[in-house]
Amino acid sequence: MTDRQRQIWIDRAAVTAAWIAALVFFFPIFWMVLTSLKTEGQAIQVPPLLIFEPTLENYLEIQERTNYFKFAMNSIITAFGGTLLALLIAIPSAYSMAFNTTHRTKDVLMWMLSTKMLPAVGVMMPIYFLAQKFDLFDTRTLLVVIYAMMNLPIVMLILFNYFREIPKEILEASRMDGTSTFNEIRQIVLPLAWGGIASTALLSIILCWNEAFWSIVLTTTDASTLTAFVASFQAPEGLFWAKVSAVSTLACAPIVVFGWMAQKQLVQGLTFGAVK
Amino acid sequence: MNPTLVRWLQAPSVILLLVWMIVPLSMTIYFSTIRYNLLYPERTGFIGLDNYRFFATDPSFGPALINTLVLVGSVLVITIVLGLAISILIDRPFRGRGIARVMLISPFFIMPTVSALVWKNMLMDPNNGLFAAFSKSFGLEPVEWLAQYPLFSIILMVSWQWTPFAILIFMTSLQSQDQEQKEAATLDGAGFWSQFWNLTLPHLARPISIVLLIQMIFHLSIFAEIFVTTSGGPGVSSTNLTYLIYIQSQQAFDVGVASAGGVFAIILANIVALFLIRAVGKTLTV
Repeated sequence: MTDRQRQIWIDRAAVTAAWIAALVFFFPIFWMVLTSLKTEGQAIQVPPLLIFEPTLENYLEIQERTNYFKFAMNSIITAFGGTLLALLIAIPSAYSMAFNTTHRTKDVLMWMLSTKMLPAVGVMMPIYFLAQKFDLFDTRTLLVVIYAMMNLPIVMLILFNYFREIPKEILEASRMDGTSTFNEIRQIVLPLAWGGIASTALLSIILCWNEAFWSIVLTTTDASTLTAFVASFQAPEGLFWAKVSAVSTLACAPIVVFGWMAQKQLVQGLTFGAVK
Repeated sequence: MNPTLVRWLQAPSVILLLVWMIVPLSMTIYFSTIRYNLLYPERTGFIGLDNYRFFATDPSFGPALINTLVLVGSVLVITIVLGLAISILIDRPFRGRGIARVMLISPFFIMPTVSALVWKNMLMDPNNGLFAAFSKSFGLEPVEWLAQYPLFSIILMVSWQWTPFAILIFMTSLQSQDQEQKEAATLDGAGFWSQFWNLTLPHLARPISIVLLIQMIFHLSIFAEIFVTTSGGPGVSSTNLTYLIYIQSQQAFDVGVASAGGVFAIILANIVALFLIRAVGKTLTV
């Protein structure tokens, strides 16, 4: 075999291996979607059914039996609310840090990131009592606040990096024209950084949506998000595999799509800007 | 911008984060030094380090600490090795690479409670699960994964979710590798392994250390997977520190002891965080 032939075989083997890995990793998701299209009887059949007549009845019955929309609504409100609040706090700060960088800026950002590393379980009891005291236990307001604070450091860092890419000359020109700071942010910075802000928001929404510790510990029924709702199926009497799969598929689909769209921000956000 | 305005713009984020950090942290430390059990509200008072002693001498503490270390260690090894291998495999152009990439990173976006339920029921269930069906088709006894190998099962689930994270980071980082250098090495007759050790691995050294540290931070506080699948059992065989502290507060109602455990978890995470912050700090050029 010549070197060239050998190289071709190695390439083929590598591509095959890559596809096998992709299929293995994707399989549980595929299986979940497949199960959601079966009847309850088919879902637990042994040996498992691969070929069957798909049904959408699970998706139709979820709302009647489980109040799915309430939990979906809670997820939407807390994820978007938390993200919005974090952005409102972060945009002015990140903006002023990016355009007035001093020797302390880096330390401040690093300190902010370090608050992200405080384990939730370490502050569980105080948050729990404070929530009770202010009558916020099991409310969406509480989750919105917690999610905003939880994501604030990452949002700050990514926005800071985006704002720094805006050429300073543009701002200086507008300042010469006497534009106020508020108008400067509104008319120049926001339009230029719009893409960055949108993808930062996407990342924050993903992180809020999949958050599972606080939503389980701090909610019981009223404010439960989809993560907590899905967790409630852990009990054996909750074993409706097809319906659980339908709920899970609906709960995960939007975020998986968001995730594909926000890959770059995700890498930057989750590595705290260390890998771009 | 005048300095006063700068301060006003930065104040909200700094003050809020400071409050978010200081208030709960000092409350946890305070709770950890007093007698505070919701079942016995009449018992109060400062007791020094007794809660810590109680937490550390609890028969579940040793196993939980070991489980935490085994869980974090195994997941790290699995995700880094698999992540490296797969990201190198998909670094070459081939037809459908985009789809393969999407398939590979998707598990990372599945919410942890869903992933736990899918593994627990549809894959690992000893009666109706897919793994059991495989065993039976080979004439073997089905394995009761969560009862017989609870910690291993959780390691499997968490690795399934986090290998995609490693792939995502390594994949992104590989794209910035100097291709000409690699081509030159190939022309010089350097084989795959020699290129891997001398070019690729040094290039990935920083991303690897970052992935390592970030995963450590996240995996020290794994909760939902255990909560949904094994509830820490059988016995304490799949209880980690986070879950043990959760149990102390939710079932024993002992706020003092749970807080002492919380302080312990914070210290553990901070040791890792120290290294992480240093590694991140090097890349943030201001």
